[in-house]
Amino acid sequence: MALTDKPPLSAGAAAPFDRRSFLDALLTVGFVSSAVAIAYPVGRYLIPPASGEPATESAVAGRAGALRPNSAAIFKFGSKPGIVVRTADGDVRAFSAVCTHLDCTVQFKTDTSQFWCACHNGIYDLGGNVVSGPPPRGLEKFVVNIRGEGDEAEIVASRA
Amino acid sequence: MSVLDWLDERLDLSGIRHFIAEKGVPVHTQKIWYYLGGMTLFLFGVQVSTGILLLLYYRPSATEAYESVQFVVTQVQFGWLIRNIHSWSANLLVALAFAHFFSVFFLKSYRKPRELTWVTGVLLLFLMLGFGFSGYLLPWNELSFFATKVGTGIAGAVPFIGHFTLRLLRGGDDVTGATLSRFYGLHVAVLPMLTTALVALHLLFVQRQGMSVPIKIEKRLKPGERLPQMPFFPNYILRDVLAWYVVIAVLVVLAAFYPWELGKKADPFAVVPAGIRPEWYFLATFHTLKLLPSHLLGFEGERVGVVGFGLVAVLLVLVPFLDRRASRGESSRAFTVLAVLGLVYLVSFTIIGHYAE
Repeated sequence: MALTDKPPLSAGAAAPFDRRSFLDALLTVGFVSSAVAIAYPVGRYLIPPASGEPATESAVAGRAGALRPNSAAIFKFGSKPGIVVRTADGDVRAFSAVCTHLDCTVQFKTDTSQFWCACHNGIYDLGGNVVSGPPPRGLEKFVVNIRGEGDEAEIVASRA
Repeated sequence: MSVLDWLDERLDLSGIRHFIAEKGVPVHTQKIWYYLGGMTLFLFGVQVSTGILLLLYYRPSATEAYESVQFVVTQVQFGWLIRNIHSWSANLLVALAFAHFFSVFFLKSYRKPRELTWVTGVLLLFLMLGFGFSGYLLPWNELSFFATKVGTGIAGAVPFIGHFTLRLLRGGDDVTGATLSRFYGLHVAVLPMLTTALVALHLLFVQRQGMSVPIKIEKRLKPGERLPQMPFFPNYILRDVLAWYVVIAVLVVLAAFYPWELGKKADPFAVVPAGIRPEWYFLATFHTLKLLPSHLLGFEGERVGVVGFGLVAVLLVLVPFLDRRASRGESSRAFTVLAVLGLVYLVSFTIIGHYAE
């Protein structure tokens, strides 16, 4: 039954570094390095790869004729929503529709002519500036260009 | 106070402590075979972890499955490694499960009182084949698409319930995106659940009864004599871990140097590529069915073959109850011969199936 017998502890049990603790240390180093060798690729794997598309710089926000005064429409600016608005005096403006508070999509309130975020009651004015509520800063404002003539003209929103 | 003491004070761990201190593994010339089960279990753990990782990016639909796997292996950092390990580990797992199966068969470890350990083990082996079959389709490539067509077609040859089974497996009359959804659910939910339950039982039985000692070695013992025992903790478990390190080494070498091909995306209207064959662990079955004449004993040849394999599967489960001599602790040559024949058949037909046109 030699195998069940534990090897006798070295006589100098007080010795700072005996054979057993040396082997224990080796074993620990081995296990820890294995764990690191596994955790590293897994950790990198968990990080989502950057999407291949380049950041959007401009997008068509809609047709000039489709937007009546004091109304707005949501459009796609890359993978995020944008909002294009025609003010009561006929001015066309475009903003990112992403609320600066917690990324909800804002909507246009025709009665007050303000942008309103339904999530936490954030309100922005027609210039994109915060009027009230939790948003820390105003909506990102896009540069608007009209391409073409008449009702079929395209409203192009670009990052400033 | 250590964490263990804290837990002990509340939960009374004396039972576990006693079990750990007492658990031993018999030491004899055949103890090398004891490692196979642990290695198989380790690979199952590898499959579960890499499988969960693959789920982060995989999309189970006919339009996106292939692209999502392509995305994993080309865009995601170390995605190629995770996928290659999952594929290679699956194959090693099946190979080791077969090795474990045959070692237990040859050593007659299934004999009384371990009949149920054997039954759960054989069922686990079938589940592993089910994992292989369902997982093979998930990348939705040409080879897997047609292999699944053939495989589910074989299920269609089962008498009486064949057509029903075929439709149940395929989610319709043909292999489509519906089949992919079903196989996906099977592969990531149903089979893992069944496997976990059976593995738990299998391990519980092994822990409860301890390791089986081969009949020959048992016979050599004098009355009242006991084989020398090796403590499980830490002596044996460290040896187990060493075996797992060997498995990891083999796995990483295979995954790094022999990447698993993704192939071409499945196209239901493409002609079947020449040399289409299933995964190696289905080759023997596949080749046998290919050799059967179209009509046998007045029945369709394939139908006879499928029924035959079904019978073999049932007999395999029942081996411990059929081998009466081994149950009495006597050597049973007949079952050794059967095991040899089975092994020779599987190996030779796998090789022939691999090289056959």
